[in-house]
Amino acid sequence: MAQVTSPPDPVKVVDDTTTARRRYSSDAAGLGRLRAGAFVAPALALIAVFLVFPALWVIYLGLMNYRLTGLAAADPQFVGLDNFLQAITDPNFWDSTWLTFQFVLGSAVIGQVVLGFTIAWMLRDWRGPLKRIVEGLVILAWILPSAVVSFLWVALLDRDSGTLNALLGIEGFAWLLDHPMLSIIIFNTWRGTAFSMMLYGAALGNVPPSHLESARLAGASGWQQLRDVVFPHIRGHILTNLLLISLWTFNDFSPFLLTAGGPDGKSEVLAVHVYKTALQSGDLGYGAAISTVILLINLVVAVFYLRLLRSKK
Amino acid sequence: MTRFVAGRIGFYTLIAVLLAFFTIPLLWLATAPFTSDPTYEVRVPDFTFENFQMIIDHPYALWSLVNSLVLSIGTALLVVVLSALAAYALSRVRLPGRDALLYALLLLSSIITGTAAMVPLFQLAIELNLIDSHTGLILILSGGLLPAAIFMIKDFMDSTPKSYEESARVFGASPLQIVAHVVVPLVRPGLATIAVWTVANVWGNFLMPYLLLSDVEKQPAAVIMYTLYTEGGQANLKVLSTFGLLYSIPVVLMYLFVSKKYGFRFHGGIKR
Amino acid sequence: MVLRKRSMSVAAVVAVSALGLAACGQSSSGGGGGDAIELTITQNAIAGGKNAAAADHIANWVIPKFVEAQKAKGKDVSVKFVPSGVDDEQYKTKLSLDLKSGKGADVIDIDGIWAGEFAEAGYIKPLADVVGPEAESWEGWQQIPEAVQGLATFEDKKYALPVGTDGRVLYFNKTLFGKAGLPADWQPKSWQEILDAGAKLKSSGVPVPIQINAGTAMGEATSMQGVLPLLAGAGGEVQQDGKWSGASQPMKDALGLYQKIYGGGLGDPKLQQEAKGRDKSFQQFAEGKIGILMEGDYFWRGVVNPKDGVAKMADRDQVVGYAKIPAIEAGKGVRGQDFVSMSGGALRTVNPGSKHPKEAFELLAFTLSPEALKEETKDGNVRITPRTDVNKEILAGEPLLTYISDEVLPLTAYRPPVAVYPQVSVALQEATAAVVGGTAPDQAAAEYAKKLEGIVGGAGNVAS
Repeated sequence: MAQVTSPPDPVKVVDDTTTARRRYSSDAAGLGRLRAGAFVAPALALIAVFLVFPALWVIYLGLMNYRLTGLAAADPQFVGLDNFLQAITDPNFWDSTWLTFQFVLGSAVIGQVVLGFTIAWMLRDWRGPLKRIVEGLVILAWILPSAVVSFLWVALLDRDSGTLNALLGIEGFAWLLDHPMLSIIIFNTWRGTAFSMMLYGAALGNVPPSHLESARLAGASGWQQLRDVVFPHIRGHILTNLLLISLWTFNDFSPFLLTAGGPDGKSEVLAVHVYKTALQSGDLGYGAAISTVILLINLVVAVFYLRLLRSKK
Repeated sequence: MTRFVAGRIGFYTLIAVLLAFFTIPLLWLATAPFTSDPTYEVRVPDFTFENFQMIIDHPYALWSLVNSLVLSIGTALLVVVLSALAAYALSRVRLPGRDALLYALLLLSSIITGTAAMVPLFQLAIELNLIDSHTGLILILSGGLLPAAIFMIKDFMDSTPKSYEESARVFGASPLQIVAHVVVPLVRPGLATIAVWTVANVWGNFLMPYLLLSDVEKQPAAVIMYTLYTEGGQANLKVLSTFGLLYSIPVVLMYLFVSKKYGFRFHGGIKR
Repeated sequence: MVLRKRSMSVAAVVAVSALGLAACGQSSSGGGGGDAIELTITQNAIAGGKNAAAADHIANWVIPKFVEAQKAKGKDVSVKFVPSGVDDEQYKTKLSLDLKSGKGADVIDIDGIWAGEFAEAGYIKPLADVVGPEAESWEGWQQIPEAVQGLATFEDKKYALPVGTDGRVLYFNKTLFGKAGLPADWQPKSWQEILDAGAKLKSSGVPVPIQINAGTAMGEATSMQGVLPLLAGAGGEVQQDGKWSGASQPMKDALGLYQKIYGGGLGDPKLQQEAKGRDKSFQQFAEGKIGILMEGDYFWRGVVNPKDGVAKMADRDQVVGYAKIPAIEAGKGVRGQDFVSMSGGALRTVNPGSKHPKEAFELLAFTLSPEALKEETKDGNVRITPRTDVNKEILAGEPLLTYISDEVLPLTAYRPPVAVYPQVSVALQEATAAVVGGTAPDQAAAEYAKKLEGIVGGAGNVAS
């Protein structure tokens, strides 16, 4: 277990001279443990007070029947694992979990990673304005506030006067009602591709051109080059990428702004489920319990990625 | 030769499709604010500036953008400085339990950014007397963003060459000086990326500012954006689209500025 | 794994001790005193945004007048308006968090339906306890009808002053009615007559003959402008004599009407699912695409209002007709009525944590004085106030509001002011969603009854 949770080898193969650099000790500035501790302390203190403490509090709330209003707000009772039992016996919870799985797999793992990598790969040897325009637009989708972009997509997908239906000539097609999951998956792919694109763009810059050249001379196809030369060099980036975007997508609340979880819960991913439970219904204890379950699922996913990408070493 | 031409055509088609995919959703934001009676449809605007006048006359709209700037820049500075220091130390010195700790914090940060954490964070803010204060909000938001920031910056630090640090050390520089003058310049594009990432995150955050700031004059634009609906929940498209545009411009400018000045990519420092 | 646990517990200890340290440094906010009294008042209203007129009224009229009046009495009072402008649930969340921590404005507005849950949580207290006897002897009570007083009453105690009330009717488009050969002074006397009118509208080419809100996306609008008036029309009540009605005949009848409308092509089932479905129904009515629409008086005042509505109809007064909501058949409605409606309304009360409850109550009462209400409702902002003396004057030029005040309010019903109501309401919305989606009414009613048992604490509290 301990071995699994350690990250990929931090020293990435940077270029041909890296092997030479490995001889230097990693603590090149002579920091020492004490001063290293002092460097870490401010961040850790802030995290302890404003992250760890409230997060543990959430986990504790998950064991209470606490509500925002009513009798249970005045006098919350400790109910042990009742909320968790309620969650795992509630078909809505499992529906949400399944939808979240589709959402993460579709929009993050497939959508953002594949599209992000494709763009990075296509533009790798490019310079000039076209590259900047493509990159700029992709990054624009990433940095605009979600209240704005969600509204843009509501306008885009509107069934009566939306731009998409006008372009495709299918007025009246209800994207958000008939294909809610597809809509939020494409939306989130659009929204989040920039991160993967930038990460892979940088990673591809680290692949020594000479290796690719020799592979090409040896007659390797494009796919073989990717698999045998590129992939081993960017394994660590893929791990970081998958880990972060899965985590973010898991907890992404913006589908709510598009579909409000509807119609009839057909796009109610877990983050939306928690919002509805905790904020709209005021059932804070149960909402906290679901948050804890999400945390556990994220843990499993993280361990899965670490296993997957370390196994071939 | 034909294969090459076909490949080129395929390549440009793909680029065109990508450009369309990323541009079309944005069109509405470019046209609706200049239209006197906007609907969801993208139409050629009649170039009115009446909608902007409404925003200028709005009692809180412009100030809320200033508040957003204060909050996001404050959080970005705190996150960048603290995560750079921590990531450097974690990258260079093997502290016990480092990796497990990092992953655990990363996972916990997902809880804190969720809705369920609002009660603990609110009560924490009350206890620490941080309610209704920008500083308090900056601290709370930083707490949630720091683990991912450390995680990402550590990746940069791991892959920077150590030889410069060693030379600097030979010349008698202190560790803090080494970080400031040797390491930071190397990972500057990475820090810029983290800064923009933080700004974008804070810029869009609605729930925490709404709950923790009661004085409307301290509220950021994300909260004011939500107030532009009527009693029955309808969006006033004129004000909403216009404010949406004004609300977007600062992040875009910030991105352009940062990417021009510091570069904007991961691992920029290790380019040969 | 062990490692992680240990590091987490270490971090927790650090966090707790840091918290303790910081908490010690904080005790400055207790002292009050001095001569100047500072009051705050909050509503879910904000200048330049949601409910802007209400916000402007408080900031520009109530506060200066009140401060002036207090000064005349020799008191130095300053008042600050704390605006807000978000979804009701978000406003409610913030208010709850504030009140729980003993914070929040001195005078607060809440939705009438929150009274029960706020009272049970101790967030609001009986006015007599917070303010004193003057709350009971307020002059306005004599002017407020019993039923409206009931909005502010929980377990026989008055927790707030009512701010207003409203009523629901059937709106219809007279132009479309004319084309379909239906009368301009239409008043259906049974549900069958509504369906007949819908069929005629349909054959005359109206895209959406009838719109009765359904589904969860419209939230409380589905309950208030949909299933609850229908339930009342079928002779039922959501809660009767302390028991909740489950799969009762009235419930099945109400859901049955949904099936006839949405299964029979008389309504647009998709509109009920859209996140912005209610907005769209407003838009479509204004564009002449909807024949009959069940809505509250807000629709007339705020939506199709030719001056500042969100879906303006320049010819509203000529084109939009309105009729009372009929019972399933004459005499078969709740309490044996021929016609039914539902009403709600906002409340305004004094924060139990207020440092100056007496002055806060004076401010509260001042906002509901005849002169303040008249000022608030002038210039086209007319609404039904809680006071009959004021209503007589201000509603004179307003045919619809007079109609609701005179004809509808006497037969209206209110939602049960109890803490679990919001959850019951969601279950009702889900039942309508199921029927619109094709589930048989009987089955949807049975599923509703099952959910109800979970919400209200067992089958013992549910009558079938």
